[in-house]
Amino acid sequence: MKTFYKKFSEKFIEGLLMLSGTVTSLTVILIVIFLFKEGLGVFDKKPVEEGYVIAINKNNAIRKITSAEIKNIYDQKITHWNEVGGKPDSIVLFRLEDISNFYSDDEIGENFEGLPNCINRLVDSLPNIIAFFPEKYLIKDFKGKQLEIDKIKLAEFFGGKEWLPTAQPSAQLGVLPLIMGTLWVSLGAILLALPLGLAAAVYMSEIAKDNVRRIMKPLIELLAGIPSVVYGFFGLVIIVPLIQKTFNLPVGETGLAGSIILGIMALPTIITISEDAMRNTPRAMKEASLALGASKWQTIYKVVVPYSISGITAGAILGIGRAIGETMAVLMVTGNAAVMPHSILEPVRTIPATIAAELGEASNGGLHYKALFALGCILFLITLFINLTVEFVTSRNKHNKH
Amino acid sequence: MKSKTILLALALYTSTSFAQKLKGSDTVLPLAQKEAESFMKTNKMSKIAVTGGGSGVGLAALVDNTSDIAMSSRKIKMDEKMKLQDAGRAYKETIIAYDALSVIVNPGNKVSQLTREQLEGIYTGKINNWKDVGGDDLKIVVYSRESSSGTFEFFKDHVMNKKNYASSVLSMPATGAIVQSVSQTKGAIGYVGLAYMDKEVKALKVSYDKGKTYIAPSLATAKDKTYPVVRPLYFYYLTTVEKSVKPFIDYILAAEGQKIVEQVGYVPLTK
Repeated sequence: MKTFYKKFSEKFIEGLLMLSGTVTSLTVILIVIFLFKEGLGVFDKKPVEEGYVIAINKNNAIRKITSAEIKNIYDQKITHWNEVGGKPDSIVLFRLEDISNFYSDDEIGENFEGLPNCINRLVDSLPNIIAFFPEKYLIKDFKGKQLEIDKIKLAEFFGGKEWLPTAQPSAQLGVLPLIMGTLWVSLGAILLALPLGLAAAVYMSEIAKDNVRRIMKPLIELLAGIPSVVYGFFGLVIIVPLIQKTFNLPVGETGLAGSIILGIMALPTIITISEDAMRNTPRAMKEASLALGASKWQTIYKVVVPYSISGITAGAILGIGRAIGETMAVLMVTGNAAVMPHSILEPVRTIPATIAAELGEASNGGLHYKALFALGCILFLITLFINLTVEFVTSRNKHNKH
Repeated sequence: MKSKTILLALALYTSTSFAQKLKGSDTVLPLAQKEAESFMKTNKMSKIAVTGGGSGVGLAALVDNTSDIAMSSRKIKMDEKMKLQDAGRAYKETIIAYDALSVIVNPGNKVSQLTREQLEGIYTGKINNWKDVGGDDLKIVVYSRESSSGTFEFFKDHVMNKKNYASSVLSMPATGAIVQSVSQTKGAIGYVGLAYMDKEVKALKVSYDKGKTYIAPSLATAKDKTYPVVRPLYFYYLTTVEKSVKPFIDYILAAEGQKIVEQVGYVPLTK
C-alpha cells in the first residue's frame, strides 16, 4: 500500500512537471503564432485608410500611384502631374472639408445627402483634381476615376525609409530606420557593456579580496532590480545634457544616450553570469597553471577565460537580449526620430520604443496595428537569430574541448 | 444568518448602483478621474472606474462593448466609425472640455512669437534655423508627441495644415518629457497642453492672421477664443447605455463639473 502511494505520488508529480512544461511551450508557440498572424496581415492591406477612396478626373492619364507619391502630393512636395507621369498641369488638392469652398450648404444638404453628388460634379469638372474622401460618399455611376493603389509590398516595407503610420491619405510604412536604430543602439550598448562587464567579472572572481567581493556583488545585482523607467529618467535628466555638452550637439537625445543606458542595464547580467562561470573553473586547473610558472594574468586569460567561455558568451547574449528588447528607458532618451541614423550621435527610433509608443492608439485590427505587430515579428526574428548563434557557438566550443 | 444578510445587502448594493467604465485617452484621464471622484462623493450609489490606455484603446473598447464611455482627445476615425456601424452600435459624441496647446521654446531663446506659417515650416522641416524666424543662428530641434497621441493629430490638422511631420522630428513619449527636453536644449521647440506649462520653458505667442496679431496662450485667451490652438476633448458612448451614463456626463457639463475642468488645467466649455 505504501509503495503504491509512493509510486502514485511520484507519478503525480511527474505528470505535474510535464504539464507545466507543456503549458509553457504551448503558450510560447501560441504567442508566436498570434504575433505572426497579425504581423503578416500588414501585407494584405492598402496604405490608404480603410473606407476611403482617392479619385481623379476621368481624363487624367494616370492609373496607378504609389503610396509615397500620394503623401508627397498632399504635402505639396509634388505639385504637378508630370512628376508622377501625367500632363504638366498643377495638381488641385481636394479633401472632404474643402467642399464648402465649392458648394453652398444648401447644395450639400443638412445631413450631407447632397454631398455624393457634389463630389461627383466637382471631380468631373476639374481636370487636375485629386480627391480624397470616404467611400460612403461615392455614388454608383461616379464619373471620375478611382486610383488603384497596391497593397503594401515586402520591399516597400523593409526598404522604405519613412515611418509615418498615421499619415493621411496614405500611410508610410518604411521600417528600415527603425531596424537600423535598434541595431545601432544595441551594438553601442554591447560595445560599452561587454569590456566593462568582463573586466568587472574578472576582477571580482580572480583579483578582488573576499570582503570587497561580498560588498560588490550584491551592489551590482541591485542594478538589475531598478525599474527601467527609472533608468530612462536618469538618462533624460543626467546623461542627455551631458552628451549634449560634451560633444557640443544641438540635441542630446541620441543613440549614444540609449546605448549608455542600455549598457548600464545589461551590466549586471553580464557580470553575474560570467563571474559565476569563471568561479566554476576548477581550483586544480588554476593551481596547475600557477605551478608551471604562469603569472596570475597569464592564468586568467589562458586558463580561466577559455574554460568559462560558454558562460561568458551566455552572459553577453542575455545582456544583448535585454538591450534589444528594452523599451521604456530607450523611449525616453533616444529622441525617437525615425530617420536613418548616420552616426550614434543622432536621434534614433528603436522597434520596441515604436511599438510601446504607438500600439495604445492604433485602431484595433487596422493597418497601423498590423504594422506594429510586423515590427514585433522582426524583433522576434532578430533575437531568435542571436539565440541560435549563441547555441551554435557554445556547442562548437564544447565540442572542441573534448 | 449573518452571512445571508451580508449577501443580500451585497446583491442589493450591486443592483442599485450602476458601475460605469471609462476608458481611453491619457490626456482626458486626469480630468475624468477628478470628475468621477467628486461625482461619486455626491452620488454615493454610483461607481465609476476610469482607465487610460489611449484614445484608440477606448474606442476599440466601445466596439467590443467592454467600456461604457470612450474618452478621446481626437475625433473618432472613419474606420472606427465603420466598425461601430458594422457592430450595429449607434454612438453619441459629447465635448466635455477644451485643451489649449502652447508652443514652447527654451527660455534662453529670444524668439517670442511665430506665425502659423512659420510653425508649419518648422514642423515640416522647411525652416531649420532660428535665424530664419528672427532668432540666433542656431539649429532648430523640433519636439513632438508620439504619433499615437491625439495632440499629435490635432497639431498636424490645425497648425501644419494637414501636412506630414518631417521625419527628423523627435517624438517624446510623454508631455512631461517634452517640457524636460525643451528646458535643457537651447534650440528646442515643442508643444504641450496648457496644464503642463511651467517656468522652465517659455510659451510663444502665436498668430493665425499672418502676423497681424499675436496671442499668448492662457486660460483667459483660450476661454474667449482669441487663442487659436485649442482642441476639444470628447466622450463617446453608445446610445444603448445613454440612460446610465447621462447623469455623470450632465454632471461634468454643469457648473460644478466645469469648475473641476479649470482646476485640472483644461479650458471649460463656454456657453
